[in-house]
Amino acid sequence: MGSVFRKIHVHDTSAPSVAVRGVTVEYDGVKALEDVTFELRRGERVAVVGPNGAGKSTLFKVIAGVLEPSKGEVMLYGGEPSRHICVSYVPQRSQVDLTFPVTVWDVVMMGRVGRIGLLRWPSRRDRELVQACLELVGIADLADRQIGGLSGGQQQRVFIARALAQEAEVMLMDEPFTGLDVSSREEILQILDRLQEREVTVLVATHDLSQAAQRFDRVLILKQKLLGFGSPDQVLNPEILQEAFGEQLHLMGADGSVIVFSNVGCCGARGGDNE
Amino acid sequence: MNEFLGLLFAPLSYPFMVRGLVAALIVGIVCAVLGTYVVLRGMAFLGDALAHAILPGLAIGYLVEGGARPSLFWWALGTGVLTSLGIGAITSRGQVKEDTAIGVVFAGMFALGIALISTVRSYSVDLAHFLFGNVLGVAPQDLALISIFGGGVLLLVALFYKEFMVISFDPLLAATLRMPTKFLHYLLMLMLAATIVISLQTVGVALMMAMLVTPAATAFMLTRRLFPMMVVSASIGAFSAVSGLYLSYYVNVASGAAIVLICTFIFGIVFGIKTLKGSAQVKLH
Repeated sequence: MGSVFRKIHVHDTSAPSVAVRGVTVEYDGVKALEDVTFELRRGERVAVVGPNGAGKSTLFKVIAGVLEPSKGEVMLYGGEPSRHICVSYVPQRSQVDLTFPVTVWDVVMMGRVGRIGLLRWPSRRDRELVQACLELVGIADLADRQIGGLSGGQQQRVFIARALAQEAEVMLMDEPFTGLDVSSREEILQILDRLQEREVTVLVATHDLSQAAQRFDRVLILKQKLLGFGSPDQVLNPEILQEAFGEQLHLMGADGSVIVFSNVGCCGARGGDNE
Repeated sequence: MNEFLGLLFAPLSYPFMVRGLVAALIVGIVCAVLGTYVVLRGMAFLGDALAHAILPGLAIGYLVEGGARPSLFWWALGTGVLTSLGIGAITSRGQVKEDTAIGVVFAGMFALGIALISTVRSYSVDLAHFLFGNVLGVAPQDLALISIFGGGVLLLVALFYKEFMVISFDPLLAATLRMPTKFLHYLLMLMLAATIVISLQTVGVALMMAMLVTPAATAFMLTRRLFPMMVVSASIGAFSAVSGLYLSYYVNVASGAAIVLICTFIFGIVFGIKTLKGSAQVKLH
């Protein structure tokens, strides 16, 4: 497999799967991320919560190694992310051209392209792996369908299967639940459970606080700075949420235990990053 | 039947007509195949701009070499390559959006080309040749260059098939797979420049766009995978090129225009049928 794509990289499984240290990202003098530091354990599932423009996509791009931080560093298993092929960015469905003439099979096979290498065609092993990934997320019967004809939940599963075909050990999922109905959300969460068994570290950007509280190991609250990172009980308290969401958030009930949002989702105010 | 064959073979008794047909066929196929990426990546404006920006190269070649065809080819190719790299360089600075950079370079280069050509006395005739092509003036050396570069473009499309598919569908995935995305992007631009240059004599600067976009756009409506889209697009390009040339022979209209009109006609029929049947339901396998 002498591919020009392949580079030597450090992959130390005793190191944190993701280590973000003092990361600042500036676009034209505006800080999209400011001095963010945290470490993730292998195979844990973390919800990244923050208002629109909080820098969630920027954080993901830095971790994926496609954007250089202005300051600080990111390490994946002790190595630079830009040399890792095992980190996968699962895009928001709205960012994908769903009219593109590719089938479900084609999209999942794309995850193999980096490992197949230049001037080579997919091998039998590549095809078997793609088939296994399709089966794992339960869309093997849709392999020949063009991606535009699928439901939102099915499309999301296609991109998860692609990340699996990439043999991703760190998965960054950008708003995977947006626009999905309850049962599709539940199916995606069940797939995430299976990923956890395989020790895939998963970061999920989400707006859904109750889901973050119930279904994730830890919650990371972001608004340019890291406002909180810990178990849902520790982090999802009114003070931090008020700081993160400000006017979008209304605390109700005598003790502020009921939280209501007035302005979330895709139509919310846009900030410095392209969410 | 014999009459039909007679009509079919009559033009082939002229060597210039045979060369014109072969050139049109190659150009029709290469443009249509590369056109799938032009359509899918939204590079239509870039393609049109590149075609126009080649004019000063043609003009300088014309002034310096007195219009010898093969030298014109190399001048045009050089200009096309420089323009595509220039647009890329201006865009990557991030101060100007890509379509703005394309617009600035395109208009400036085109004006330079017209200014240069206008210094020659037979201005309007020469300009018309560049703008609308002259497929029946294809010389044997031209045909050799068209075949070599056309074949080269098709070879690269095949060699980098999966890479071009990934950078076109999901550039962010390409980046996380650590693919050489910049290299692939520039390679595609250079292939576009080469395709435009070999097409100049067939359809000319002004109608280039149609050869790149129309067959691929038609194929896009009929297929749901990339490879079949390329095959259908190439078939439409080839059919239009050949039938357009026959049309121009018998009806005596400009050959470039005839080719483009047939492309457009096929697009119109497919679009009409698709609209009647109700959008994307019926896609061929």
